[in-house]
Amino acid sequence: MIEFITVSKLYPGGTLAVDEFSLVIPAHKTVVLVGSSGCGKTTLLRMINRMEAPTGGSIEIDGEDISKTNPVSLRRRIGYVMQNSGLLPHRKVVDNIATVPLLEGMNRSRARVLALELMETVGLEANLADRYPSQLSGGQQQRVGVARGLATDPNILLMDEPFGAVDPIVRSDLQLELLRLQRELGKTVVFVTHDIDEAFLLGDEVVILEKGAQIAQKGSPEQILARPASEFVADFVGTRKGKRRLSLSSQPADKAGEFVVVDGTGRPAGVLELEPGELLGAASKARSVSDKTAQAGDA
Amino acid sequence: MQWLWENRDLVGGLLLQHVALSVPPIIASLLVCIPLGRLANRFRLTRGLILGFFGLLFTIPSLALFVTLPAILGTKILDPINVEVALTIYAAAIMVRGAADAYASVSREVLQSAKAVGYSSGSRFWKVELPLAGPVLLANLRVVSVTTVSLLSVGALVANGGLGYLFTNGYQRAFPTEIVIGIVLTLLIALIFDQILVAIGRLLMPWEKATRSPSTSLQRVEVG
Ligand SMILES: Nc1ncnc2c1ncn2[C@@H]1O[C@H](COP(=O)(O)OP(=O)(O)OP(=O)(O)O)[C@@H](O)[C@H]1O
Ligand SMILES: [Mg+2]
Repeated sequence: MIEFITVSKLYPGGTLAVDEFSLVIPAHKTVVLVGSSGCGKTTLLRMINRMEAPTGGSIEIDGEDISKTNPVSLRRRIGYVMQNSGLLPHRKVVDNIATVPLLEGMNRSRARVLALELMETVGLEANLADRYPSQLSGGQQQRVGVARGLATDPNILLMDEPFGAVDPIVRSDLQLELLRLQRELGKTVVFVTHDIDEAFLLGDEVVILEKGAQIAQKGSPEQILARPASEFVADFVGTRKGKRRLSLSSQPADKAGEFVVVDGTGRPAGVLELEPGELLGAASKARSVSDKTAQAGDA
Repeated sequence: MQWLWENRDLVGGLLLQHVALSVPPIIASLLVCIPLGRLANRFRLTRGLILGFFGLLFTIPSLALFVTLPAILGTKILDPINVEVALTIYAAAIMVRGAADAYASVSREVLQSAKAVGYSSGSRFWKVELPLAGPVLLANLRVVSVTTVSLLSVGALVANGGLGYLFTNGYQRAFPTEIVIGIVLTLLIALIFDQILVAIGRLLMPWEKATRSPSTSLQRVEVG
């Protein structure tokens, strides 16, 4: 469990990036921090592994104030995955993955075995083991980054727009892979993105942030879709006019009991299937359809 | 050619001496500039001070340095130490800016991410920053190596040793062959040193070959 207690961060330049932020991140869940650029997401994440120090408030991990821990050992027990993979360009894939175990003195042959196992876990071919990061595609680099984050089997995994720099098809691959991994591993994942679709797909809990890391709303994707707390949230998730505002088109589908659904911009979003007399349940069903079509639309 | 054959012992001895005298300043300048370059790249103030100081050193006429060093160091006039110290000063003066550039060429993002995954500052320097500065360091060291090998010939004016003797002797005897041989052999040493440095670089920085990128080639070198 990670707990932010009225945390603030005022950068030396005078930017108040985080203003009295409080949040409890439960263990073994994926919490997604989502918000537009510059709202303080990265700053929040970097305070968890003490890459930045809060200027106010405190952060606790399992009840322990992290400002009292040794920063180097804290970072070694927290997996961290960055947008541009952050791999060491002069180390082979295996050595990158085993960075922390090697730092902790694991011998090279054991580290290699471990790295190869992790490569399999994240879906990388073993023949990439001895390449350098620049010899990999962006998607492969991100997988290496995830594998590195998992190398010490940390309880906590911080992910800062890890899939932001890859193309949509690879991104949705990586997202599904992460979902599968998380089902197996059950880490406490703090995931940062500005893509609301990604947030809804991955998050057990989604925290929508405004400037200064002000929480606009937090809850499960369903809760947020069902009851956006403000117009800002409704706009952000697209239930006001966007692609999540679904309605039945006047165009009937071929099959009886099926209806074409259009989104807020009038574009066809999918087909809604209704049993006779099911009309009342339609609203909730349409929403889940929208989730999937949003995914498909991205790909 | 016949002269060369007849004097092969003399020339061979001078050649070995030239090699033996040019290696220490090259290595010493590298050892001095690894920390100094790091410091120069760290703060604006230290950058100004260090680069300014070495820039100044570089403007001292070499002959003046050769002849004043004995007084400063308390060594004998003809002691090869004088030449070694003088050459080290020049080599470091060339190297220090390149070393600062070498550290500047290391991606800040990579350093940040190394810190974020748990490198301590010491291990981050030795295992990440220094190796990644390696290619630019090497490029500069190659310039230093060539410069030192050729500058050592000047040392023959004030001390015994090295192929410079062939120049002074050939000049005094008005015997161009000897001078030409001196030049050719000096070039040869410079070339061989360069090849050795390149080979060491390949060995120590295998990722370079695999990922050759323009930012790490010789074009970054600025002398002086
Ligand atoms: N090292 C720093 N020094 C000064 N200001 C900073 C620093 N890092 C971030 N900021 C400022 O703090 C605010 C929040 O930045 P942060 O990187 O946390 O945003 P973000 O939500 O991650 O944005 P993005 O989606 O673009 O990555 C921004 O206004 C940014 O300019
Ligand atoms: Mg960010």
